[in-house]
Formats: sequence, structure tokens, C-alpha cells
Amino acid sequence: MKAWLPLLLRLALVVLLVAFVTNPGWFEPLLKPLTENNAPVIYNQGSLLTLTLLHLRTVLIATVAATIVAVALAILVTRPAGAEFLPLSRSLVNIGQTFPPVAVLALAVPAVGFGEKPTLIALFLYGLLPIFENALTGLTTLPANVVEAARGAGMTGWQRLTKVELPLSAPIILGGIRLSVVISLATATIGSTVAAKTLGEVIIAGLLSNNLAFILQGGLIVAALAVLIYDGLSAIERYTARRMGREAA
Amino acid sequence: MIEIEGITKRYDATTVVDDVSMVIEPRTVCVIVGTSGSGKTTLLRMINRLVEPTSGIIKLDGADNRSLPGYELRRSIGYAIQGHGLFPHRTVAQNIATVPVLLGWDKVRIKARVDELMTLYQLDPEAFGPRYPHELSGGQQQRVGVARALAAEPNVLLMDEPFGALDPIIRTKAQEDLLAIQKRFGTTIILVTHDMEEAVHMGDKIAVMDAGKLVQYARPAEILAKPASAFVETLVGASERPFRLLSLGRVRDAVEKGSAEGEAIPGDASQRDALAELLWSGRPALPVKGADGKPLGRVTVDGLVKRAARPA
Repeated sequence: MKAWLPLLLRLALVVLLVAFVTNPGWFEPLLKPLTENNAPVIYNQGSLLTLTLLHLRTVLIATVAATIVAVALAILVTRPAGAEFLPLSRSLVNIGQTFPPVAVLALAVPAVGFGEKPTLIALFLYGLLPIFENALTGLTTLPANVVEAARGAGMTGWQRLTKVELPLSAPIILGGIRLSVVISLATATIGSTVAAKTLGEVIIAGLLSNNLAFILQGGLIVAALAVLIYDGLSAIERYTARRMGREAA
Repeated sequence: MIEIEGITKRYDATTVVDDVSMVIEPRTVCVIVGTSGSGKTTLLRMINRLVEPTSGIIKLDGADNRSLPGYELRRSIGYAIQGHGLFPHRTVAQNIATVPVLLGWDKVRIKARVDELMTLYQLDPEAFGPRYPHELSGGQQQRVGVARALAAEPNVLLMDEPFGALDPIIRTKAQEDLLAIQKRFGTTIILVTHDMEEAVHMGDKIAVMDAGKLVQYARPAEILAKPASAFVETLVGASERPFRLLSLGRVRDAVEKGSAEGEAIPGDASQRDALAELLWSGRPALPVKGADGKPLGRVTVDGLVKRAARPA
């Protein structure tokens, strides 16, 4: 019975989330006490479903791009030919992390204009570090005798990478992607300050009109998404780790 | 035939392998023994070019081993290492099929070869083929490691302390299995170990290395009888020497005329085992039987003790 409880809770959360973004009207009585002066209870300047999907799309695009770049960088600097670029790429990625997302947005707007683009740039830079660090850890802590056996069997450098090194570091790289996604889900809300269509719009509208119900519904949808995606990716990670014969950390 | 000619490997100022020359006859087992840091593993790894020598030439059947790209050379040479190095994300069958897949064999041929090797190593292909390495015992993993090294029917098999991680009982069995398979396929085996017992037991010839130099390269009996230096003598172990010498001989070669009481010992048991049995049971002589169970004669304590003495 105990083992089923977490799964049941997550299932309930999924149902609740889907119901809320598709039929927010059902929840009006619940949120009603949080508003004053007959202000609207449910966000009325756009559909919550559309905003949620746009929010997810922004995060997805930024994460996919960050994954490709971070993993490619990690592969490059772990090859003998690229080893001397390791410190450089590390500091580059660290710089991405030290810039506050708001500063990135402020700097990016004059360059690329308002809308989704500056948000994508900020999320992309923010997502790089955890994926890069984890990919680096994964690729440099492979069991030595397995790598030796791959060389000894006559695999070329490319074959070792695709058949042995990447599959074996997959669970660790996935862990980096998971962190990056969760950070991006939260950070994406700030994108609405530069007119990106994300759930941040609902929160900002609530702040501007002093409407607690708006703030809460925007925040809760983002939180529910983050929890569910985190759990989902953790499960995939554990599954791949088991397939690799390692216990998940 | 493997000809090693004047091979040297230096890392900066340290010379790891120093001007080693030796010839390994085809279809024999050559064991390289030495202490840690003697350069034995580096020498082995230069044969399949996992390490490139600083100078010198290695020829395989007359051809310079640098005439092929390194990865192609390594596909033609079996390689088994300590702790097996199996790919944890691939099944046993996929692990064994590694080199045949790289060589582009067709599926039917690969399946047949994998099944053959697994059967040879007493692993049921149906039961063990789809399992992952971490689901096997240490001894089974080691067998899969050797099966993987032999999968593409290499003429030469390099082994780096392949039995190092096994407990003594499984190790003896693994050594016997390897010798049987070596006879069956006629593979040339070069095996690195630090265990003189293993070297005497497995090797047709033993190469002793010390501080990067080849100190002695000879048949086991000669290494035991005429160690080339004090180092070799220490490695052999003065107190073990007579017993190791006896372990090289078979009982049937020490048979004397006559008969004795008690249970018979088979003719292909080692003379060391026969002496141990005599001493333990307190008898002066043991009957010997052939493979067909017929009595061949007897072995005596006196006869075996004479054989354990340093050869002239």
C-alpha cells in the first residue's frame, strides 16, 4: 500500500493540473476569497492552457539547445585533442551562470528585441552549466577497465564514444538535464517582463492589479509542472542507471 | 609467431621497457612474470599497440604491427584484462559479439559463434545470453571476458592478469579451461601475471621481467633449475622450487615397476600431487592407473624426491 502512495499522489496532481488549465472555471469558488472588489478570479487576458503550453515550449527549446551545446562541449574537452580547452570552456559556462537572468534579459532586449528570443537566450545560458558539469563528470569517471576493454577490442574513437562512453554516462547527463529543466521552468516566468508568452504573465498581471488569485494560479501551475517533470526525469534516470548495472545515486 | 625486436618504451625520463627482444612460437603459451612496475603490462600492450613503443619493432607472423591502423590490428588480436572490463550496458551475448560486430560479420555467423563460445564455457546461451554482466558471478564474468576476447577467432590472445580477481578454487578451474581451449583452437597466448605458480603451471615458456629488462626467457624447468639472476631466484621462491619442479611433471613419467596398496592415482596427475598424497597418507608408494583404468605401476617417495632435486 505504501509503495502506491507516491504514485497515487502524482497521478492526482496530474489530473488536478490538467483540469485546472483546461477548465479553470471549476476552481473559481476556491480562489474567490483571495480577490477583492469583485476583481476577476481566473486570469482573463488569455487562456491558461495556451500559456502553459507556450511556457513548456520555451523551456523545451532552451533545454534542447543547452543540452546539445553542453554535451558537445563536454565531449570535445574530454578528447585528447580538446583537453587544453577544458579550463576555458569551464569558465565560459560559469560566466553564463554568474549573470543574473534579469541582466541577461536587459542586455538581450536591445540586441534581439522584445518577445520570446531574449528569454530563450537567458534560459539557454542558464541551462548550460548543470548539463556541462554533469556530462563532464560522467565522461571522466567511466570505469577504467571498461574503456580499456573498448580500446582493446578495436573500437575507433567514435565507436567508443557512441557505443560505450555516452551510454554509460547517460544517467549522469540526464541528472544535469533534470536540474536545468527545473531551473528553466522557474526562470522562464521572468521572461514575461520582456513580453514572452509564459505563465509569468499571469503572475505579473496579479502583481500589477494586486490580485492574489492570479499570482497563486500562475505560481501553482509552474510549481506543479516542475514537480512532475522532476519526478518523471528522475524515474527515467533510475531506469537507465539500472540498465547500466549501477545503482542510482 | 610474434617477434619482438629491441622494444623500448620511455615516458619522459623513465624507461619502462628497456630494449626487450624475444620470439614467441605459434600455438604456445608465453607467460610474462614480474613484480609491479617491471614493465610487463606495458610490453603486452605494445603488442596490440594500446601503447606505442619509443623504438623497436614487433612483428606478427612476419608483418610489422604498424602496417595496419591500431584499431584494425586490435580487432585481430584477442585481449582480456583483469576485472574482465565487460560493458555493463550490454547483455552477455552482445558483449561476446563485440569484435565480430565491429568486423561486420552477418547475424547468423555471430549468433553461431556466440552460442559456440558460451557452450564451451558452460554458460547456457538461452539462460545467460540475455543477462547483463552485473547479474553474473565473478567466475562467470571472467569466462565471458575471455569468450569476448576469443570471439573473432584471433590467432593471438593477450591476457593481462586475467585471473587476478578470482578466488583460488575458481582460478584453478579457469586456468584449466584456458589451457583446454588453447589446445583446441591452437591460439598463441601471451599472459601477464605476478604469480610464479601460475606462470609455471600455464607457460610453455616464461619471460621474467625486472625494471623494464627481460632477465630470463626460458622453459619453466630451466627457470626453476637455472635462474639467471638472484632476482629470478627470489621470484621462484627457494622453498617452493622443488615442488614447482615436480608440478611440471606427470605421474606417468615417474612410474616404476611394481605394485602398491591403496587407491590408484591417475597417470596424468602432476608428480607434485602424487608426492603430496604419499606424504599425507604416510605410505612409501602409490599405485598408478592409466586413463583406461589399467594399472601402470607405482610411484614411490624416493623416486619423486630424486626428481625434485636440482637437475644437473
